[in-house]
Amino acid sequence: MKCKEFLSELTNYLDGVIDERTKVELEDHLAWCHNCYVVCDTTKKTIEIYRDSQLYELPEDLRTRLRSAIVSKCHARKKAGPERV
Amino acid sequence: MSTIQPKIDEPVSDELALVQAAKGGDVGAFEELVRRYDRNVFRIAQHITQNREDAEDVVQDAFLKAYSNLHQFQGQSKFYTWLVRIAVNEALMRLRRRRPERMVSLDEDVKTEEDSLPREVADWSPNPEQQYNQAELRDILTRTIQGLPASFRTVFVLRDVEGLSTEETAEALDLSIPAVKSRLLRARLQLRERLGRFFERREPKNGKENEKPETGDTTQ
Repeated sequence: MKCKEFLSELTNYLDGVIDERTKVELEDHLAWCHNCYVVCDTTKKTIEIYRDSQLYELPEDLRTRLRSAIVSKCHARKKAGPERV
Repeated sequence: MSTIQPKIDEPVSDELALVQAAKGGDVGAFEELVRRYDRNVFRIAQHITQNREDAEDVVQDAFLKAYSNLHQFQGQSKFYTWLVRIAVNEALMRLRRRRPERMVSLDEDVKTEEDSLPREVADWSPNPEQQYNQAELRDILTRTIQGLPASFRTVFVLRDVEGLSTEETAEALDLSIPAVKSRLLRARLQLRERLGRFFERREPKNGKENEKPETGDTTQ
C-alpha cells in the first residue's frame, strides 16, 4: 500500500467503517511508514480537540431568552390558526 | 490506533411522541424539543455564519420554521437531522447575505484529492492543547476552523463536532455520501496541517523550550 492509498482510506479508518482486510493492510502500512503514522495520529488528535473544545457554548441567560421568544411566537402562530402557518 | 468514538447518544425514544404532541398543538412538547437541541443548533449556526447575532437569529428562525412545518416531518429521518437541515439552510442564507461578494455554496471547492496530501508531517507535542491557556486555545481553534471553506467547515462540524453519521450529514446537507466523505477528509487534513503550526513538537533552542507562535487577539 502506498501513502496516497492510505490517505484515501484515512477517514474510513478513523471512523472504524472499514473491512478487516483493508484494516490489516492499513495497519501494516502504519507500522513502517512514520509519516503516515504521524498524519493519522495528529488527525485523530485534531478531531478529538475540536470535539472536546466546547466552542460556541450557548450561555444560559441567552438560552432562556431565545427559548422564551421561540415559545411565545409558537403560541402566537397557534392562535393565528393554520392559515398563517 | 483506536477509532474515534461518537459523541452523541442515540436520542431517547420519546422523541417521536414529543413531535406528535407538538404537531397536535402542544407547545410544551415543542419546547422540550427546543431544550434538547438549542445548544447544537446554536453551535452549528455560529460555526457556519461566524457571527454571534446571526447564530442567535438562526436558532429562533430554525425552530420557528420547524414548528410551522412539523406537518411535513414524516418521521423517516430523526427529528434532529431534519432540524439541522433547516438550521444549515438558514445559516447559509445569512452567510450569503453578509458576504455577497463570495458565492457561498456547499458545492464549492470541489477539487481532486491531490491538494489534500500533507506537506508537513512533523509530530506534535504529547499533550499539545496543554501548551496554551483556555482563551489562547479557543482562539487558535476558532481561527483555524474559520479559515476553512464553508463547505468543509459545515461537514466537519456536523460529523466530528456534533456527531452526526455520514448518512445523516449527507441528508442534512443534501449531499451524496462520497461528497461528504471527500469533504470530511479534506477538512480534517487541512485542520490538522493548520493546527500543526501551534502544536508541533519543538526542539529546545537557546535554552527556550517550546516557544509558542503568536496566537493573535484572544477575544472572541
